[in-house]
Amino acid sequence: MRSLSALLSQERNWLDASGPDSDTVLSTRVRLARNLEAFPFTTRARDDELEAVMQRVAGAAQKVDLLHAAPFFRIPELSAMDRAFLVERHLASRDLVGDSRPRGIVVGPGEGLTMMINEEDHVRMQGILSGFQLEEAWHLVNRVDDDLDGLLEFAFSEDLGFLTSCPTNVGTGMRASVLVHLPSLVLTKKIRKVLSGATEVGLAVRGFYGEGTDVMGNFFQISNQVTLGEDEKKTLQSLERVARQILGYEEKARETLVSTARVQIEDKIYRALGAMQSARVISSQEVLGLISAVRFGISLGLPGMPGLTVLNRILVTSQPAHLQVLASRDMERAERNVYRAEYIRRLLAAESGAGGTDHA
Amino acid sequence: MHSKPCQICGKALATIHLTEIENNTTNEIHVCEKCAEEKGFHGPGSKGKLSIVDQFLQLAAGAGGDEFQVQCRRCGLTFSEFRRVGRLGCSQCYASFQAQLRPILRKVHGSVVHVGKAPVRDESRLKRLREVERLQEDLERAIRREEYERAAEIRDRLRTVLESETSGGSS
Repeated sequence: MRSLSALLSQERNWLDASGPDSDTVLSTRVRLARNLEAFPFTTRARDDELEAVMQRVAGAAQKVDLLHAAPFFRIPELSAMDRAFLVERHLASRDLVGDSRPRGIVVGPGEGLTMMINEEDHVRMQGILSGFQLEEAWHLVNRVDDDLDGLLEFAFSEDLGFLTSCPTNVGTGMRASVLVHLPSLVLTKKIRKVLSGATEVGLAVRGFYGEGTDVMGNFFQISNQVTLGEDEKKTLQSLERVARQILGYEEKARETLVSTARVQIEDKIYRALGAMQSARVISSQEVLGLISAVRFGISLGLPGMPGLTVLNRILVTSQPAHLQVLASRDMERAERNVYRAEYIRRLLAAESGAGGTDHA
Repeated sequence: MHSKPCQICGKALATIHLTEIENNTTNEIHVCEKCAEEKGFHGPGSKGKLSIVDQFLQLAAGAGGDEFQVQCRRCGLTFSEFRRVGRLGCSQCYASFQAQLRPILRKVHGSVVHVGKAPVRDESRLKRLREVERLQEDLERAIRREEYERAAEIRDRLRTVLESETSGGSS
């Protein structure tokens, strides 16, 4: 079996900060949940039924235009490290890799498209793009869904739409989300008000890794909750509208901060950059805070900041499983923290050597 | 800065670090998770309104009454089991538990009628695609043979088929 980590560590992906509004919007995701009419949903299916689902879906995926050369991995055959690697990269959910039932994942080129098989639903297709690109991410998964539609019979009712394992997804089966960086709203303590405004209009706000995870590094994931009685376009439009509004509030809060506490803010940012460039021991928790501060420095247009691309790379690749894959060995926490600090220093030095404070 | 004890209880390790800015001075607070939750400055957005899944389950807990023994006729899941696991057993469950689910769906989504994309059932789509292919071949052949009247007829038929495709199509 080919090594997943080796394959993926060479790929170019959504981390390259090439999308619009990349300084405040890390990524956009749209996922569609589908189930095969002929089988019970995942939680109630036997393992042999799940195996049959997986074969059908993986077989169909090969005939999908955008996925035809995409590798397919069976989760039970993956090492613990490869599983953690997939989760850290936002390709698989914790539920997908949490046990050894017949589950799988198809990873499309550049990791922009993935298909989880036998997670909560039989099929979960995900389009993930850099920056703020809801429309484009939707087009990606919609094309895959169109192709699959001719190959698999999805559970669907005229009344309720696509039938999903959890009734909160029934209808379009679509969850669209943007991962946004809102340091100014956090610092000015307006974040709670702004985010509760978003939940008021039916959106959900979560932490870095989606459902049930903490807010870290001032990253927030904003997504739709309603899937019934509203078509995909309308859902995407209202998410887009609210997200833009939140980005507008962030910008206002940034202006307030700069006019009232410029020196303190800059001090915090440059100290964070200094720590990234010079520290000898850094925990994965700490690195999130440092990245948030430096990212803020980029948004403010401060001189001497690294580029967004290298910052995004650090954000994802300095996580525990990635570091161990890079080092090709298991490392204890303490050893990882030393390795991480060295790795970050090296990435930043290589970037500034290449002459890059340019992040336009 | 990341190995400080909690500033409230002084015992547990501080894992939450907040910065306050007031009157041009920054003030850092380091607290443990437990104290943060008690004092209400846990990670913003993580508290407050229930998630949609929790909302749904809370509503489901109140639904059913005597009927919670109702069982899906295809997969055998009972409504009370659904309330426990929060996941339905098969596509038929939606019909089996319709009476229990409908009011909850209406509350959570504000609607019980799907609007949006629908699958194009393969038979009809494939049939149409095949017909389009056949007509296109006929058309080319007719033009090659300079049978222009026939070509015009075929073109009209092709147009009708293509129009029915887009009006009945997806997305």
